[in-house]
Formats: sequence, C-alpha cells, structure tokens
Amino acid sequence: MDTASLSTPHAVRPEGSKPLVCVRHVSKQFGNGTLAVRDVNLSLGAGEFVSLLGPSGCGKSTLLRMIAGLGAPSSGTIEWPTTTHDAAGEPQRDLGFVFQDPTLMPWASALANVMMPLTLKGVRKAEARERAAAMLALVGLKGFENSYPRELSGGMKMRVSIARGLVLRPKILLMDEPFAALDEITRHRLNDDLLELWWKEKFTAVFVTHSVFESVYLSRRIVVMAARPGRVMADLDVDAPYPRDELFRTSPEYAHLCRVVSGKLKEAIGS
Amino acid sequence: MSVPSIDAPAAAHDGTDSEARPVFATEPRILGLPASAWPRILAPIAIGVVTLGLWELAVRWNEIPPYILPGPLLIGQTLVADWGTLSGSLWITLRITFMALAAAVIVGVTLAVLFTQSKWLEMSLLPYAVILQVTPIVAIAPLIIIWAGDINLALLICAWIVAFFPILSNTILGLNSADHNLVNLFQLYGATRWQTMRHLKLPAALPYFLAGLKISGGLALIGAVVAEFVAGTGGSASGLAYRILEAGYQLKIPRVFAALLMISLSGIAIFLVTSWISHLLLRRWHESALKREN
Ligand SMILES: Nc1ncnc2c1ncn2[C@@H]1O[C@H](COP(=O)(O)OP(=O)(O)OP(=O)(O)O)[C@@H](O)[C@H]1O
Ligand SMILES: [Mg+2]
Repeated sequence: MDTASLSTPHAVRPEGSKPLVCVRHVSKQFGNGTLAVRDVNLSLGAGEFVSLLGPSGCGKSTLLRMIAGLGAPSSGTIEWPTTTHDAAGEPQRDLGFVFQDPTLMPWASALANVMMPLTLKGVRKAEARERAAAMLALVGLKGFENSYPRELSGGMKMRVSIARGLVLRPKILLMDEPFAALDEITRHRLNDDLLELWWKEKFTAVFVTHSVFESVYLSRRIVVMAARPGRVMADLDVDAPYPRDELFRTSPEYAHLCRVVSGKLKEAIGS
Repeated sequence: MSVPSIDAPAAAHDGTDSEARPVFATEPRILGLPASAWPRILAPIAIGVVTLGLWELAVRWNEIPPYILPGPLLIGQTLVADWGTLSGSLWITLRITFMALAAAVIVGVTLAVLFTQSKWLEMSLLPYAVILQVTPIVAIAPLIIIWAGDINLALLICAWIVAFFPILSNTILGLNSADHNLVNLFQLYGATRWQTMRHLKLPAALPYFLAGLKISGGLALIGAVVAEFVAGTGGSASGLAYRILEAGYQLKIPRVFAALLMISLSGIAIFLVTSWISHLLLRRWHESALKREN
C-alpha cells in the first residue's frame, strides 16, 4: 500500500463498469492543415482522475474540447456509453469545463457567474442562488458572493471558475491547465482543494497540464502525449493512495514517481 | 483513511484570500462630492469666468456695438428677457433631439442584434447604413423635408439619420467581442440563441453601446439644429435654429448669442447625462469606469 508504483498499461479500471467516455481512433485536422491529434484511443472511467500530460502543441486542448463537444473530430468517434442521447443523436454530455483563464463574466458578481449554468438550464432563481452560494462556500469563497471578478485575486477567480464548472454536479469535470497562470503557493493550495472536492463530489476529473509534478500529485492515471502530430505515448497508473497531502508531496515515492513520469515525457518529446 | 474536511473555511489554512474581505475605501467628501472631484469642476469654471470677464472688458473698452459682438452681460440679460420665446424653442429642439436619440437607440440596437444573428442580413443592409452615414445631412435634408410633409417629422428623421450610425456600429462591434471561451461555455450548456444574446452578448456589448450613445447624443442635437437651419424660416418649426435665423435677419445679435448659448449648454448637458448613465452602468465592472487603487 505504501510503496507507490507506476504500472502500464494501467492495472485497475475503477469499478470495472462501463467507461463514461470512449475516445476511439480520433484524429483532428484543422482547416490550415495542422494535424493536431492523430488516432487517439482513450476511455475515461467513472470517478477517475486522469491527467493529460504533454509538451505545448501536442493537442491536449484540442482533445479536451472535442470531448466537451466543442469541435467535431475529423475522423473517429467520441462515445458516451452511459448517457442519454437526444433526438439528433447528440449525447447529453453531463460535464463541466474549466478554461486556462477563469473566463468569468466581468459584469456579473461571483454568485451570478456560478449561477449562470443553472440559469441556462432553467433552474428557478431562488434555487439557483442557493445552489450557487453553496458551491461558492465549497470552494472556500463564502463571503465573496457579491464581489465582482475584478475584485478577486487570480486564485479566487479560478475557484469561482471551478465552482461554476461543478455547480450542475456534472459526472465529469474537464480542466484545461486551470492553474498554469498561478504562483506555486496558490497552485499547491488549489491542487489540494481540487483533490478534496474530487474526493467528496466523486466526479470524473480530466486535467490537462504541462507539469509532471502536478500530474503525479493529482492523478490516478496519467496519459502522456507527444506533439507533431499529437498522439498518446503512454498511459500510466499512479498507484499512490488518496488522500494525498503535503506528506505525499515530500515523500520519496512522489519523487520517484515524478522521475519515472519525467522519463516517459522525455521519451515522448524525443521520439 | 481520513478525508480532509472540505467545509473548513479556507481561512483556516491560509492567510491570504479569504481574509481579504472586500473593504470599500471612503474618500472625504466636500458638499456631497468626493474631494478629488472638485478640481475637475472648479478649474474649467475658473477659465470660463476669466474668459468672460476679458470678453466683457474688451467689448466695453473698444465700444463694440452689440450688433457686431455683444458682451456676456448683455447676452445674459437677453436670455432672461427673451426666456419666454427661447425656452419654448429650446423645448421643441430638445424634444426632437431626444425622440431622434430614442429612435436611434431602438433602430441601432435592433439592427445590430439582427445583424449578428444573420450574416446575410448584415452583408445586405450594412452598406446602406454606411451610405446614410456618409451622405451630408445638409444635402438630403431639403428632400426629406419635401417628402415628409410634416416639418417636425422631417427634422426627426434628419436628426435620427445623423445619430443612429455610431450606435449601430458600436453595438455590432460590442456584440461580436464577447469572450470566445464564454461563447463556447454557453454552447456547452446548450444555451439558446436568445439566452446567449441576453446573458452574454448584450452585457458584453454594453460598454460599446454606451460609447456610441455618448457620441450620438451630441449628434442628435446637431442633426436637429442643422435640419432646422436647412428648413429655414419658411417652415413652421420654431426650434432654436429658427430663432437664430429670425434674430439674425432682425439684427438682434444678442439674441442669436443667447440661443447659441442654449444649444451649447444643451449639448453639454446631454454629454453629462449620457456619461453619467454610462458611469452608473459600468462602474462596478468595466475598466473604463473603474477607479484603480494602484
Ligand atoms: N483553431 C485552430 N486552427 C488551426 N490550428 C490549431 C487550432 N487550434 C489548435 N491548432 C493547432 O493544433 C495543435 C494542437 O493545439 P492545442 O491547442 O491542442 O495544443 P496544446 O497541447 O493544448 O498546447 P498548449 O499546452 O500550449 O496549450 C497546435 O499545433 C496548434 O497550432
Ligand atoms: Mg492548450
């Protein structure tokens, strides 16, 4: 239990049930000819914490956006086996998305920003207000409901953005380098808070990052990608137990895991 | 395996974010206005008083007759003496101005919204809006006066033509400048076109629209006055431009100046009111209206 190890391909599929999302042979070519992603296969199980790790330009954002339904793949399919589909055959994706920038509406208070998804889904105002306020409290922003984004620090804005992503209690939360622009202290704190949230809310987390350290600290599974064209190079399980905290961050296992993942990443870049 | 509690307030494990509850700084106030606002008001007033004083002195010193250049005191007296007729005319001009501005807002915003919904509509109609904008109003005013039949309606149309383009083009720009990621987010949550418009694009366009409104407010007044000049004394209108023409023919130059003064003051008032509205609507969030503390 204590000795964390990396296994590949990953040994334990959580719950062993049907995956939430199946990415099959997905490629994406942009209009200008860039092949952003080539033949990616990936399945995301319920309750997983998966990091997409890779150098800049390897198609992490493109892949994440396609999973979210923003931009269709040029070939291949992205299936949602366990969700209902509408009349047009579109899956009713039950997801939240967190961008690299907080992407808040500057004219709306923190509370109104978090209420937005609820409003769009037609939830009554009073209920939406209550749920959004509860979500803000959950990310540690109680008392800032009426603050405008301009009055919040970078880390606080990111928290609002995460609260907005989670307010509908989605099955899956997609995050595109959410903490890349933050300083290390804030980043560590948000990493811890994100893990707590994930542990408590039991959503599936897909986390895009450049950082080996961040990916090892957070994830149960790391998908290493390489660039030109973007493709999956390795799919690693991180067998360290949760909850993870400062102790884990300073443990020899953590250092060891980081070294192994770094090696894989180097291989990916070198190839 | 103990699970860390999520409900613990963030302040328990840090000393930064959560302890920084918003505190609104209060500035000392003089006569109800923030102390820093006074120089902005007093400095232009001082310049104005000095200039008027020099003007009055120059007129008296050189014994310039009032039909060439009246002094400010005489203009003031005329303004008071003729207040009955002039205020009636002011009211007529202002009514046309505001109706034209209201029409410009309604038509400009509606067209902008329609244009962003349909590229075809924009491609086919925008050039005509541009043509309306670039055609000198003095050149088409006589035609409009003939066609409209009613002189007030004609003036309204002229003022509207001058006023509506800044609102249209600014609002189009604003509607198209909503953050792309936010647009994606709305798409992700399955927002309808109307929801995206109402909750995202219109608020994003607000600062742009208000900038257009400030310009259009002044233009509506100019349009109303210019059109009435073109209509001349032959028309049955009796706005401020008509008074200026009439007084000019009768060589009542102080009255011309008094009417001019009223037009300028109205223009300033319109600018102040639109700026104030803009400030009220944007002060909590937009860069332009924010007071930075660093
Ligand atoms: N809209 C687009 N049009 C054309 N090419 C694009 C577009 N978006 C991305 N690309 C290209 O696709 C490739 C992958 O881009 P993507 O943004 O997915 O990379 P990324 O892994 O997220 O990089 P980073 O870590 O820097 O965010 C890049 O080469 C990029 O130039
Ligand atoms: Mg990216």
